[in-house]
Amino acid sequence: MPFPYASPEQIMRDRAEYARKGIARGRSVVVVQYADGILLVAPNPSKALHKISEIYDRIGFAAVGRYNEFETLRQAGIRYADVNGYNYNRNDVTARALANVYASQLGMIFTDSIKALEVEIVVAEVGETSDQDQIYRLTFDGSVFDEQGMAVIGGQSDTVATRLKERYRPGAPLADALDAALSALTEPGGERPSAAQLEVAVLDRNREHRKFLRLSGPRLERLITPPPPETPPAPATPEGGPKPPPTAPEGDIDTGSEPPL
Amino acid sequence: MASQQAWMNNLFTNTGSSSFTEFLRGYAPEMLPGNRDALPAPVGEQIPHATTIVAVTCAGGVVMAGDRRATSGNMISNRDMEKVFRTDEYSCMGIAGTASTGIEMARLYQVELEHYEKLEGRSLSTEGKANRLATFVRQNLGAAMQGLVVVPIFAAYDEKIDGGRIFGYDVGGGPYEHHLYHSIGSGSIFARGSLKKLYRENASPDEVVLTVLQALYDAADDDSATGGPDVTRRIWPVVAVITADGYRRLPEEEVSAAVETILSGRMIDPDGPTAPLR
Repeated sequence: MPFPYASPEQIMRDRAEYARKGIARGRSVVVVQYADGILLVAPNPSKALHKISEIYDRIGFAAVGRYNEFETLRQAGIRYADVNGYNYNRNDVTARALANVYASQLGMIFTDSIKALEVEIVVAEVGETSDQDQIYRLTFDGSVFDEQGMAVIGGQSDTVATRLKERYRPGAPLADALDAALSALTEPGGERPSAAQLEVAVLDRNREHRKFLRLSGPRLERLITPPPPETPPAPATPEGGPKPPPTAPEGDIDTGSEPPL
Repeated sequence: MASQQAWMNNLFTNTGSSSFTEFLRGYAPEMLPGNRDALPAPVGEQIPHATTIVAVTCAGGVVMAGDRRATSGNMISNRDMEKVFRTDEYSCMGIAGTASTGIEMARLYQVELEHYEKLEGRSLSTEGKANRLATFVRQNLGAAMQGLVVVPIFAAYDEKIDGGRIFGYDVGGGPYEHHLYHSIGSGSIFARGSLKKLYRENASPDEVVLTVLQALYDAADDDSATGGPDVTRRIWPVVAVITADGYRRLPEEEVSAAVETILSGRMIDPDGPTAPLR
């Protein structure tokens, strides 16, 4: 049977294109630092299928894309963390190590399989102080981005990230950070998702033992403040650093020769 | 990744069940306890043993306390050992018997409960937790026959009854649910005698803290392997209270205040409080 020739570049580009399209179809998930830790927000009407999860004492996980694919990643991450924590000690489990495991798996699937995983994930670890907080964003090809303060994955992530940057202040209290995240997730002029349509969790550094806590029901209702009357948000925080890298790598796909991290 | 360990190979393909131990058995069985070769001779009393633990239900919860002594034969091998372990937000376990095996079991059990909770998105039922611990004890039976005996005690807050529940075990497993109170370890006979007289229905957690400390004092009084409060070094028993608010290990100041109350009472009456005759 004649086999049409396709160059490796073309194959990789097609795979990346396919994965990028799949990820952009869903809704965005926002991970953002606040005063006491890290906040994870996902518009998700399902009560059973989670996009946000606990991995270990200090480590949380957020994902977008195909549920079955990121659920496998989530479970593997929990297993990885639990085995390491059991084998060594609980504080020997780090987000950095986990991000590396994920990166190698995602990268391997991207190069070896017919189809890349249509997922984008965030691995976040809350530290003792806010400058020890870590947010890693991983794309379908195994690239790792060490994000500063906030990360947006999935959907129209660039526009959401731009809106988030306008509202986000480092060190904001929980309610303000949640407000900024919800504003970013809402289209201009659109209606904000209600508490029932949201999946919200925090990694709160002040909690004992396990830092991960889901916020739902009345607790979440109280936190969701009604959007303030049309006051232009003060865009007075340009010192937030350089523009975050785009969610899905644009242009040339990552071949592993120039790791972005 | 060159530094990856062998057990990481199938992390993403071998999806297994929600049990951490089952996962580990297929994956890295060398990490599991009880996977040892038979010992050439029973270890007997050469390795440290942990002793008395008491657990008593209170209004809306349960209190567990353990003394701090570990012994190897007639030697005191550790004065400030901790034998009461938080296993999840609403449960804890105490160990009596071979200390090392017990600590290992508690560590594994803690991961087991948490692993299930994270994978399934819900906690195990109280009975499920108690049954799971029974499997752990039974799997240790071979080692127990060679002298590495561990007998745990498990206590949990059960939201279905809004109260505390206590489960005991023997070397073959269990669980045996104990209503009101239970104790394990070498001083448990004396502790139980004490609890029998001092137990009050629906007592507040604070009162029950005194009850368990009295029972441990009585156990230490008559059992050489149970450590009493060490006044000079200020080593007090570990006391854990579990209610609807979750697991709380009492801070040193609170235990020390309770111990001092007991000690001042015992200065006048060394045998402690007396129960009414009728």
